[in-house]
Amino acid sequence: MYGSGMMKGFGVTIRNLFRKPVTVQYPEEKVRQSSRFRGQEFSWFEDRCTGCASCAKYCPLGIIRIVTSPSDRHKQDGADFNIDVFDIDQARCMYCGLCVEACPYDALHMGTNFEGAQLRRQDLVITVDVLRKRAKHPSTWYRPQLERQDFDPYKQEADMQTVAREPYYWHPKRPAMLPESARKEATADGEYK
Amino acid sequence: MGDLLRENTLYGNIYDWAIGIVGEDLAWLAYTVAVMAIILLVVNAFLAMGTLYTWAERRIIGRFQSRVGPNRVGPFGLLQAIADAVKLLFKEDIVPRAADRIVFNLAPIAMLAPSVMALAVIPFGQTSYLANLNIGLLYLIATSGIASLAVMMAGYASSNRYAMFGAMRAVAMLISYEIPLVMVLLAVALLAGSMSLVDVMTSQAIPFLLVTPLGAIIFFLAISAELNRSPFDITEAESELIAGYLTEYSGMKFGVFYLAEFANVLLAGAIFSTLFLGGWPWWTPLSHVWFLVKVMAFAFIAIWVRSTIPRFRIDQIMVIAWKVLFPLSLVNVAAIAIEVVAWPERTLPQLVIMGIINWGITAVATVAVTRAWRASNGLRVSPSARAVRLEVG
Repeated sequence: MYGSGMMKGFGVTIRNLFRKPVTVQYPEEKVRQSSRFRGQEFSWFEDRCTGCASCAKYCPLGIIRIVTSPSDRHKQDGADFNIDVFDIDQARCMYCGLCVEACPYDALHMGTNFEGAQLRRQDLVITVDVLRKRAKHPSTWYRPQLERQDFDPYKQEADMQTVAREPYYWHPKRPAMLPESARKEATADGEYK
Repeated sequence: MGDLLRENTLYGNIYDWAIGIVGEDLAWLAYTVAVMAIILLVVNAFLAMGTLYTWAERRIIGRFQSRVGPNRVGPFGLLQAIADAVKLLFKEDIVPRAADRIVFNLAPIAMLAPSVMALAVIPFGQTSYLANLNIGLLYLIATSGIASLAVMMAGYASSNRYAMFGAMRAVAMLISYEIPLVMVLLAVALLAGSMSLVDVMTSQAIPFLLVTPLGAIIFFLAISAELNRSPFDITEAESELIAGYLTEYSGMKFGVFYLAEFANVLLAGAIFSTLFLGGWPWWTPLSHVWFLVKVMAFAFIAIWVRSTIPRFRIDQIMVIAWKVLFPLSLVNVAAIAIEVVAWPERTLPQLVIMGIINWGITAVATVAVTRAWRASNGLRVSPSARAVRLEVG
């Protein structure tokens, strides 16, 4: 029939008219990202971090700076280190996630946030204080243990036990991290407080 | 003075009120006051409607394309047009060094003025027309002719190749489409037996859309081209010509062009509903509202077409005007001229008979012109052929 193609076109547009627009009005509503989203802020668990600076070594851009100093804690096992400086320069970060892959103790995780615009460039440097204070919503990217627990970073907050690959029996440095049974074992000789 | 306006009740009331204050000796003053009041009212209402229409068009076309459209400024984005106007007012008014300054500045005015002038003969509702000109249709054609001059002025004065190309295309298109447009208006005038828009409207026992569907379709297509709207917007085809004749315009001058373009859609809707949809005489207390509803319906269809059909090429546009619309409009005029001679009274049953004949003519003529056009271009005539290239020789 003459004009049937045109009628088809008009049908497409009129159907759109009565359909909900696909637009997501960003500041009010947000697109839900995947839980494996490599987001902006990093989730860092200080209790897990030994200050080994693997992340800094593996960073292709060299934007992570770690300064540590020996502390008085847990002297029996060799000194525990204070993390004095842990600067991540987000202005140059490309969110490759190599630092997260490199972390041997599962202390550093990608985040799930994507709204980190700052007015000044120096504000883009994440300092250790910021990392300490931040709510921990780690991405499940490169962290299968989180996915195994059905961890949803958009609803839950992680603690240092949730993010662990396995119970740290092999590293009973911080008894608080151990499961109840292991903790009793470790504190039986009275060395750990 | 003001005899042409006496049928307008609002004018009459203001005039009588002013006469009551200044007395019969100063009738000219009362006349001036009343006329100024009416002009202020009509022009501002028209421009405000045009502003509102820009918002409505952007919202509706957004929904047609599964977007939201402007919804930030004010409730539902209603104040978007005001925000845009403020933005445009604050922009620097750039005039190219090589531009013809006078013509360059005059062009936006020449663009907006005809649409305001054409309002004079539009019957908005019962007793709400400014003038019942006996040559109303001719006046409409004359005023709409100025718009193509304005486009040419803008393109020429910008001293920009893109602007000049856009203007040349626009003028070629406007002049080509004016011929079928005038042919349709001629048929309408024949049918109504008068060129006065009020008479055309009152003679519609049934809307002329049903009596002369071919005319209505041709008129719609031709007026879309006259309005530079989407299937025919080659004058500002941004992929080819940046913005056509608007390239060098910025600030409020651009805004005036923009406003004129959108306000013209409302004007076209008013003309279309007067000529083909029977205007206001449906239920007289709400005649204005009824008229407005028809204008809105036209505007909605125009937005629908704009959001659906992609832009034609310049040669395709010329072919549509000269090889399709022009013969069809000739057929339309001839058919209606014969019918008017056969049934000169044009009563309701006669109009119905005319309508039935015209629907048949519309179907036959459309198919015949399409087949002839396809055959002349060496295309397969059968419309069932899946992939018919729209090649134009």
